[in-house]
Amino acid sequence: MYGKGRIIPALILFLGLMTSPMWYKSGDAGKMPKPEKPKDYTECVAPAQYMRTSHMVLLNQWRDDILREDGARIGKTANGTEYVRSLQNGCMKCHSDKKKFCDTCHSYASVKPYCWDCHLQPKEAM
Amino acid sequence: MDSKRRDFLKIAGLTAIAGIAAPSAFNTLLKGEALASAGPAASGHGAAAPTGKRYGMVIDVKKFTENPGLAEQCVTACHTIHNVPDFGNKKDEIKWLWVESYDHVFPEHSQDKRPDGLKGMPILTLCNHCEKPPCVRACPTKATFKKKNGIVAMDYHRCIGCRFCMAACPYGARSFNWRDPRGKDANGRPFIKAENPKFPTRMRGVVEKCNFCTERLAIGQIPACVEVASQAKGLIFGDLNDPNSEISQVLKTSFTIQRNPAIGTHPSLFYII
Repeated sequence: MYGKGRIIPALILFLGLMTSPMWYKSGDAGKMPKPEKPKDYTECVAPAQYMRTSHMVLLNQWRDDILREDGARIGKTANGTEYVRSLQNGCMKCHSDKKKFCDTCHSYASVKPYCWDCHLQPKEAM
Repeated sequence: MDSKRRDFLKIAGLTAIAGIAAPSAFNTLLKGEALASAGPAASGHGAAAPTGKRYGMVIDVKKFTENPGLAEQCVTACHTIHNVPDFGNKKDEIKWLWVESYDHVFPEHSQDKRPDGLKGMPILTLCNHCEKPPCVRACPTKATFKKKNGIVAMDYHRCIGCRFCMAACPYGARSFNWRDPRGKDANGRPFIKAENPKFPTRMRGVVEKCNFCTERLAIGQIPACVEVASQAKGLIFGDLNDPNSEISQVLKTSFTIQRNPAIGTHPSLFYII
């Protein structure tokens, strides 16, 4: 191959530079988000693992059930505590600080839900 | 040989026709009715007996003439609890409940030789919550729909802001958010004076309208406007399908009119003039 003495080292250098961000961060998962849990409440509407993965599904189910089917607005946790099936009036009653709860994971995962374009977050957290 | 070929061609032709016609025939037979007309017909021959609730309202205009300012109080109460923005100009106006002159509320009625008192008489008006809502038929995303209790409701999450419903509504009961309702005007005054933390706002680019206070009915309260007008008995709210409800009794004993009944939307709002 013509000019292999220059091409191959240049290619290696190019690949090394291109992948440098990966090498730089290899073996480091980054700082895990630590959403602040409410202090006065210990039980959520569903198990924590389900809430972590599927809270958005639950919110959509609540919305469709209540808006379209006139579903119950009050739910009960496994231990029998009543809660309001609503983001604004239910979730945010316990998780009253959006910045310390919602935003920590959402910014880590780089998701931008548009809940707060319409729903109002608790005043003290704004 | 010839006759066999003829038979083959006949069978092939029939098969082809059946193959083409069958799917469309099935579709016609199995197709459901359009959503907007799925509810029980309000009148007409062989109408099904009404089942379930159908919320409606009687607006006693006389009571509002006797109590000037009451209509405005109703509007304020409604717009405050529902975070309805006030953009400060007619063009961008958002209205769930509003006051309009008699000749604009009932343009199809003859205005000829009417008493002077009727000319420009302010009348409170709102979404008719039609039995056959044209807005529901027009909505391409099912963002607006008719609930089992007769309320024509909206899911703002699904609204794409196409404004077909606004074109379809014959009563002008729908408003479009041309501007961000959470924003401020040039003087720094927020469009929503005091946000009600219990109810969401809307965002720019969606249509909104009266929801007959669905969220209040769910917790056993009456609509906000009805509550404000309750002392003067200006608004009577209730189940039109229940023959013993107050509203049914009022409708039985008083002469009422509806907005443009001839177009067949079957409004759930009735006016005593």
